[in-house]
Amino acid sequence: MNHVRRVFYRERLSGVLSQSFSTSRAATASQLTVRDALNSALDEEMERDETVFLMGEEVAQYDGAYKISRGLWKKYGDKRVIDTPITESGFAGIAVGAAMGGLRPVCEFMTFNFSMQAIDHVVNSASKTFYMSAGLIHVPIVFRGPNGAAAGVGAQHSQCFASWYSQCPGLKVVSPYSSEDAKGLLKAAIRDPDPVVVLENELLYGTSFDVSDEVLSKDFVLPLGKAVVEREGQHITLVAHSRAVMLALEAATALAGEGVECEVINLRSLRPLDEETIVKSVIKTHNLVTVEQGWPQCGIGSEICARVVESPAYHYLESPVIRVTGVDVPMPYAKSLEIACIPQPHDVIKAVKKVLKIK
Amino acid sequence: LLRDEIKIKTEMLSKIVRAVVTQSQSNKRALAPFMTSVRRGGTVTEATFQTQPYKLHRLDEPPSTTSICSRDDALLFYRQMQIIRRLESASSNLYKEKAIRGFCHLYSGQEAICVGVKAALRSQDSVITAYRDHGWAYVMGCSIVSIMAELTGRTQGVARGKGGSMHMYTKNFYGGNGIVGAQVPVGAGVALANKYLENGGICVALYGDGAANQGQLYEAYNMAKLMSLPAVFICENNGYGMGTSVDRASASTNYYTRGDYVPGIWIDGMDVLSVREAIRYCIDYCTSGKGPLVLEVATYRYHGHSMSDPGTSYRTRDEIQEVRQTRDPIMLFKDHIIGADLVTADELKKIDNEVRKEVDEAVKIAKTDKEIAVQELATDVYLNPVETTIRGTTPFDPYTHRRLSKVANLH
Repeated sequence: MNHVRRVFYRERLSGVLSQSFSTSRAATASQLTVRDALNSALDEEMERDETVFLMGEEVAQYDGAYKISRGLWKKYGDKRVIDTPITESGFAGIAVGAAMGGLRPVCEFMTFNFSMQAIDHVVNSASKTFYMSAGLIHVPIVFRGPNGAAAGVGAQHSQCFASWYSQCPGLKVVSPYSSEDAKGLLKAAIRDPDPVVVLENELLYGTSFDVSDEVLSKDFVLPLGKAVVEREGQHITLVAHSRAVMLALEAATALAGEGVECEVINLRSLRPLDEETIVKSVIKTHNLVTVEQGWPQCGIGSEICARVVESPAYHYLESPVIRVTGVDVPMPYAKSLEIACIPQPHDVIKAVKKVLKIK
Repeated sequence: LLRDEIKIKTEMLSKIVRAVVTQSQSNKRALAPFMTSVRRGGTVTEATFQTQPYKLHRLDEPPSTTSICSRDDALLFYRQMQIIRRLESASSNLYKEKAIRGFCHLYSGQEAICVGVKAALRSQDSVITAYRDHGWAYVMGCSIVSIMAELTGRTQGVARGKGGSMHMYTKNFYGGNGIVGAQVPVGAGVALANKYLENGGICVALYGDGAANQGQLYEAYNMAKLMSLPAVFICENNGYGMGTSVDRASASTNYYTRGDYVPGIWIDGMDVLSVREAIRYCIDYCTSGKGPLVLEVATYRYHGHSMSDPGTSYRTRDEIQEVRQTRDPIMLFKDHIIGADLVTADELKKIDNEVRKEVDEAVKIAKTDKEIAVQELATDVYLNPVETTIRGTTPFDPYTHRRLSKVANLH
């Protein structure tokens, strides 16, 4: 079921200015950063199931390159939190074998850019094996790590792999936005008997979200393949995943001030893609803009547009679907260029106004 | 300087042929058994043989220099090797008849390795190999029918025809892998699971001389050594990676030393008992927490790399003939066990006939069995499917995802 949540958040920028939005809080809400959400997901699942273990570069003694696994090595020790050498191809293959042989590994890529060195194992060793073996051998593995643009890390460290992985049958792919997403989806991924790719976002790690008590419980899982409507609206649908959801919500807030009500869908999962939620929304609003940070060609927006065009929602569209994406270049380093390469709220606002034919 | 010249010239011969053919005076190898038991019907119940000399890397003790072979084992090993030989010949014919499509990599000549390894393995041990996997699938438990039917892509195939030649699996046998080298870190991972779960098992990860230069192997050796994983990495060195001889592909062809800090053993892969003893040694080594080993098993393949390779553009027919006539693993074992009075020639002939019949029947089934229904292409993509439909070639006729299989490694 779709449910609507009004998201209260306070963005904490590490070391620099912190902007706070004064909002009223829900009575039973607590604050949880995405980092802590992922950390508790790992902790809870490792406590629950002894075959769950974490491996990757710096996950143990360093507490994780981005501190996602902070405290886990101290608690669980060498057997269950394993520092690997800088050999992605090797350790991803080892993780796959461990999954085949009876364990439930969580294989961390320090960023998904490095997963390219191991992509053969993600796709050929993991995702295809259940099918090729006619269901004899399953691979209950999770590949996780930060994906997409960060800040000032340059072209080789800024690529979004959402399209590449979500294309592959045999994989499940999730892309959490909020802390609730992060916790619920990572726990679901670890419990899932199929290979799951969890595309996190480095810039969201420090972001704090309100979460209910239910989210804090040890058995909180989210269903894979289900999107959530973050904000209801009647005029236009915005579909996004990961950090672009924040972008879409910022644009929606600004547009609401001009009387345009956007419905913002947070995909949560990229494979399976929740087509039903998108179609239902477009039938209601008649207009669609997709928002993502990755490159335009063969992007998530392309897929959404194609699916909507092939669906009953097509006949409800009052305007063509527009995609808001990252710029079609490798990511530059200079700050103003980098900002220009990633969609900003004004890009989304411009797209919405074009689609709705308003000034 | 002259000595160097001669050295270089002899090294120009195919190194593997030298190793395989000149290993020892093969005809004189069947020793009279020095430990016999009660004779029964003209045969003994067990006999002891000398194993072929091993070469060691960073190890002080070699595997056993003798191997006791029971009559039952003798009949079993002979039978297994003959089945594989026959199965591969039949596959070759089926391929030429176009009943098998795509890739087909034959194991003929290498039978002693899979039979010898399996003879030493226990129920908790696992195997993973590359695409030359038919013999491995057989010894690990897949029936002849299921192997042949998988090659022809039919319902009774190991993977119901969905995998093909390179993708056969069963319990504790993780394929059957098409990407050269990828199976090696995966095998190290299975060993990690063995160690983690404390089930006492080892994992044998096989690869060829062609794969031996892959970077991910060294990544696997490194982590296996660091973590003391019970992994045995075995290079089945048949002298050629596709059409490239070992000398042209590898700066160092001493594959058993390529693990560097990982100890290694070179084994004559044409002698099934030598292979068996080596694996027994490995099991002992790995299960006492000493970590991984790298083995190089010297062998030879009679066929080309695959069915699309005649196998004669990069080596001579004479070379192939020489190995067939002087180092064939089945012939050598046959000489051993007959010479030791473990079995009679008639018994072996009887096995030959049985094997022929079994394989012929399997071929018949493989040719006449049907392919799975087209709808089944949407089966078992996921163990826990979220969506019930799978998109077809157009959006108009989606398939229904179904779960059919009994999972062999459910956990």
